[in-house]
Amino acid sequence: MDKRKKITDTHRNSPDTAIYTQPTPLTGAETVWATLVGEGVRDVFGYPGGAILPVYDALRKFPIRHILVRHEQGASHMADGYARASGRVGVAMATSGPGATNLVTGIATAMLDSIPMVCITGQVSSKVLGTDAFQEVDITGITLPITKHNFLVRRTEDIAPALREAFRIAQSGRPGPVLVDITKDAQQNTAVFDFAAAAPQPYRPHPMLSADSTSIREALELLRTAKRPVILAGQGILHSGAMEQVRALAERTQIPVACTLLGLTAFPASHPLNLGMMGMHGESWVNHAIQQADLLIACGMRFDDRVTGSLSTYAPNAKKIHIEIDPAEINKNVHVDVGLIGDLKEILETLLPRLPGRDGTAWLHAISAMKGDASVHDIQQLPDNGHLYAAHVINDIWRVTNGNAIVVTDVGQHQMWEAQYYKHDSPRSLITSGGLGTMGFALPAAIGAKIACPEKEVWVIAGDGGFQMTSPELATIVQEQLKINIAIVNNGYLGMVRQWQETFYEKNYECTPLISPDFVKLADAHGIRGTHVNRRADVISTVETARQNPGAFLIDFHVEQEDSVYPMIAPGAALHEMIRRPKHNPLVETATEE
Amino acid sequence: MLHTFVALVEDKTGLLARVTSLFRRLNVNIISLTVGGTETVGVSRTTIVAEAAEDRAPRIMASLYKLEGVLDVDDVGRHSAVIRELAMLKIAANQNTRSDLFQLAEVFRARIVDLAPESMMMEITGSASKIEGLVQILVQGNYRILEMARTGRMAMRRGHHASSVLEALGDTTPRVDPKTFSKVLRHEAPDLFEDEHHA
Repeated sequence: MDKRKKITDTHRNSPDTAIYTQPTPLTGAETVWATLVGEGVRDVFGYPGGAILPVYDALRKFPIRHILVRHEQGASHMADGYARASGRVGVAMATSGPGATNLVTGIATAMLDSIPMVCITGQVSSKVLGTDAFQEVDITGITLPITKHNFLVRRTEDIAPALREAFRIAQSGRPGPVLVDITKDAQQNTAVFDFAAAAPQPYRPHPMLSADSTSIREALELLRTAKRPVILAGQGILHSGAMEQVRALAERTQIPVACTLLGLTAFPASHPLNLGMMGMHGESWVNHAIQQADLLIACGMRFDDRVTGSLSTYAPNAKKIHIEIDPAEINKNVHVDVGLIGDLKEILETLLPRLPGRDGTAWLHAISAMKGDASVHDIQQLPDNGHLYAAHVINDIWRVTNGNAIVVTDVGQHQMWEAQYYKHDSPRSLITSGGLGTMGFALPAAIGAKIACPEKEVWVIAGDGGFQMTSPELATIVQEQLKINIAIVNNGYLGMVRQWQETFYEKNYECTPLISPDFVKLADAHGIRGTHVNRRADVISTVETARQNPGAFLIDFHVEQEDSVYPMIAPGAALHEMIRRPKHNPLVETATEE
Repeated sequence: MLHTFVALVEDKTGLLARVTSLFRRLNVNIISLTVGGTETVGVSRTTIVAEAAEDRAPRIMASLYKLEGVLDVDDVGRHSAVIRELAMLKIAANQNTRSDLFQLAEVFRARIVDLAPESMMMEITGSASKIEGLVQILVQGNYRILEMARTGRMAMRRGHHASSVLEALGDTTPRVDPKTFSKVLRHEAPDLFEDEHHA
């Protein structure tokens, strides 16, 4: 181990700060790091290779922590998790060809969820570009539709301006991933590095990005006259930093709040006005409230098909106000009555002082009444019938961590159960792939989150299927000495697909039962402690053990195999046409098919 | 319906690919596309005619505007504009048929720009319908069109309007109605196939 000892941060030199004040000749490779440091980057997730080697060789001169991943998909997910946890731009690095293409799934994940990220890839020398040279791939062509923008840099003097612009683009307006592809000769040659001169053009907002006074007045009028309004809270609230403003809006007007999956942490779960998650697996009263509403105030969300159900029957009686920074989202899926285009925080600050208080009691009572026996009772109150349900596991993790952990989920049933049973009170405490639904996201994204927020408790909640997609990153956890707790919700199936087969394909469980390795032994092989849990009585104590363990800890929860997520809206069905929990499920309430 | 968008873009490698990739991604078919220089060095003018539902125009414009390197976008079909297309037609012709074709050219205000023993070449400028009118007459008259090349539409708003480029030069006339985005607009777009009289 000693021979391969990683150069630690303390071994790295800090560059002479003079390079930022006076133009200095640097190699392209040095320019990459100097620009990153100048942009405030401290951590980079990557994997070296031929076409990016000059950049790696220059790393020792700069105060940047490099996290060596086991697969480049891990690098892009880590940069993504880093950005989601901290709000800062995540940076991933890879070599040309396969290194670059392995980043692609992570880039698309960030694009669909509007996550600020910069990916740097090495490229073959400019002399041989376009000749199918070894490990040459047109990565700017490949990523064109899944990046906010990308650059192919062939000259050393263009590196700093391209990188600085990449950071500006990634963060401005609606955030997103940017890729910068740099040829090997551009990394090797020398040019004058002038950080100030490389400053990007300032962000040029869309000409419509100013909510005009007429629209503001119309929005105020709708708010004043609404009897049954609902606020729809999306991830844009986090991006805009408008948590306080949304809360003020809800409290002043007594309007209840329904959250999207990515907006779950934008409004405290324990707040009395928080209804919970809307959409395909949202609780029934939330979706009913939306369907019965006479006004929807959509804040930083995009009416995804997973939250609207069938569009023709969506909130038929509601006027709609859409506050959104991306003009291309207005009227995309749902026609709105008033579109307020711009920064959510600024728009709400314009609206709030002109908004009188209102009495929302009647409507809030009506929603409460809709909960009836449909509300999920505290599942801990239900008797132990010998079965271990994923909901128990997640609810217990919530209790033991006091809801203070950053939870990073994969994609599938456990993701929905997490959204239902872990109550998030602090912003950015849930990290999950919403738009793209990328299995394999959780483990690497959690590594990124832990690097971004080392003081926070980080939990991975993943299924047995998704976990196996990126499980080699366990080695990264060990190499970086990270304290991450891993809960695998193991039901022996690709559970969400199985649920669809059960519901829509006559229980034809084609290709969904899966064999997994012994995850505890797998962890052990990496030097990570772990244990199996089969009984509900052992959940809390094991979660506690994991937390107390100084290093990473993995718990393999063997849960009920054919449990399903309810309520559920069939694709294409109306939002109020939910498939409710069946009676035999002891977790639940009385079932009423609607 | 057909939309005619004019986008002013930075003259950079790959920008055209970004523009066309956007239309592919939005599942919108491009009917014609022309790219050329403008009054400003480094800025190209792209005219895109695309088939899409009427209410999709604002989203297409907003998506175009989101692309880095796109400086300005206009939906000229929604405004009074001069729209022109140029076509070149090579027609089989011998000395017996030539004079008829000369007359046709006269009627359509086309020009004969090449004459060969077995063929002739016509150049015609005008609206799409005018060009299609000529083609129809030729086909129905049993003339053989050996080759045809069309530029696709070019469009420019009538009167004094400001593009952001002109704005930078000191023209501050507002040109985009903010309501285009905040409201569902349903104005009648002028029929683009109405012949714009060739002055």
